[in-house]
Amino acid sequence: MLHRFQFGSFYLVLDVNSGALHRVSPVAWEILGSYPADEDAVVARHGVRFGADTVRAALGEIADAVRQGNLLAPPPPELSQGGLSFLRALCLHLAHACNMRCGYCFAGQGRYGGGPALMPRDVALRAVDFLLRHSGPHRHLDVDFFGGEPLLNPEVLKETVEYGLSRAQECGKRINFTVTTNGLLLDDRTIDFLNRRRITVIASLDGRRGIHDRWRRLADGGASYERVLPGILSLVRSRGGRNYYVRGTYTRQNLDFAADVRHMAELGIDRVSLEPVVAPPTVPYGLRASDLPAIREQYLEIAEFCYRRAREGRPFSFFHFELDVLHGPCLKKRVSGCGAGHAYLAVAPDGSLYPCHQFVGQPAFRLGSVWEDDFSLPPLGRQFKQLTIHAKAACRECWSKFLCSGGCHASNYALGGGLDRPWPLGCALTRIRLEAALYLQARLAEVPALLK
Amino acid sequence: MGQHVITVIPAQIREGEPSCQECQVSCQSACKTSCTVGNQTCAGENGEGPA
Repeated sequence: MLHRFQFGSFYLVLDVNSGALHRVSPVAWEILGSYPADEDAVVARHGVRFGADTVRAALGEIADAVRQGNLLAPPPPELSQGGLSFLRALCLHLAHACNMRCGYCFAGQGRYGGGPALMPRDVALRAVDFLLRHSGPHRHLDVDFFGGEPLLNPEVLKETVEYGLSRAQECGKRINFTVTTNGLLLDDRTIDFLNRRRITVIASLDGRRGIHDRWRRLADGGASYERVLPGILSLVRSRGGRNYYVRGTYTRQNLDFAADVRHMAELGIDRVSLEPVVAPPTVPYGLRASDLPAIREQYLEIAEFCYRRAREGRPFSFFHFELDVLHGPCLKKRVSGCGAGHAYLAVAPDGSLYPCHQFVGQPAFRLGSVWEDDFSLPPLGRQFKQLTIHAKAACRECWSKFLCSGGCHASNYALGGGLDRPWPLGCALTRIRLEAALYLQARLAEVPALLK
Repeated sequence: MGQHVITVIPAQIREGEPSCQECQVSCQSACKTSCTVGNQTCAGENGEGPA
């Protein structure tokens, strides 16, 4: 199974089943459009345009790549999703409250459809124990502090980190902590703690002041750009280009979002993620299929920007382009995705468990509680475990399946019409992003020293 | 290096061990930045299989 695509001036071919990527000549590109085929027929078909000798040379190189397993590789086996489930990660909702009122917030201003709440200390520590107890053989675990705004509950956050580090060490495991914050409460003292404990930080900034302030408003309705920027930049400067991402959201109202990426780079931020809003096309800011050509141009521009920065010796990391081309995930991970609902659970302030942070507060998706001594994964969790690319009809013939793993369960449920029905517009956006990421790899390959 | 087919990324999809102790492929925190599994790194020995 091949995916041929053009990005910038490059002709590229992804061998879907092996993950190999090739930059090809125009004649090889044409040949691969209906390959394999009889050599004489191929020469007859393309020889007039490219010359018979050129066509034969291209055929020879294509045959070599096939022999090496880099083209037209057979499909990998469909792995069983049976067996025990072990936890790898928890998302702790430290605060169902927020000091901002972002217009596109999926979490109902941080309250997830309920009242305001902070996670008590005993729930947070119990959640750490729950993770360690149910993690089986996994040695590397993750805990993400989320909200609302998790820094509204700072003492519980700090105590959970200290407790988690200590308990993990006793168990011969490691926990990596992450905090996702809007940046309003990132003062020097907090940054110092996060740095000392090597906590990954994801801080929110949408880009240019006007774009950011359009949706990201303070609780009193005021603009937030000036208020969040000092803390975010202070954090960035303290991190030496590691262990953080500044992430933003683009909507239909900034389809020139490459300018927002450049703006953040000009601020000195060198690790950026900018992602599409997840919203139906019926709302004014929701992306539409007709926007895709413009969006593709923006990703091309961002890829060229990343390339220029790499050439200048000032690498700029755009999260979605950071494909690990040599040590990427194993097949099991590629077909099964994020693990929500079985390897990854979200914990609400009262200890209730949900498949991930996006399902929190939806009674039909409650999986249990950290207070259950004999917790076992309920049928809904096992259903999530079966949501592989093989279970999704739309994924079977899609070229991006081993890279996107079938998309986000929550987006699929909210906008695709079911857990096993990928959101078509989300898929289109992901495919554009992946093409741009692959293009950047091909671009960097022109200067081998730039490749990781 | 050929002129018609330049391999940028060699074949990379391989079977793994579902209970690999070293697994650090984590979309859970990364998904706050809309993760795709492809940009995660395998931490197993030599990039494959359990330690």
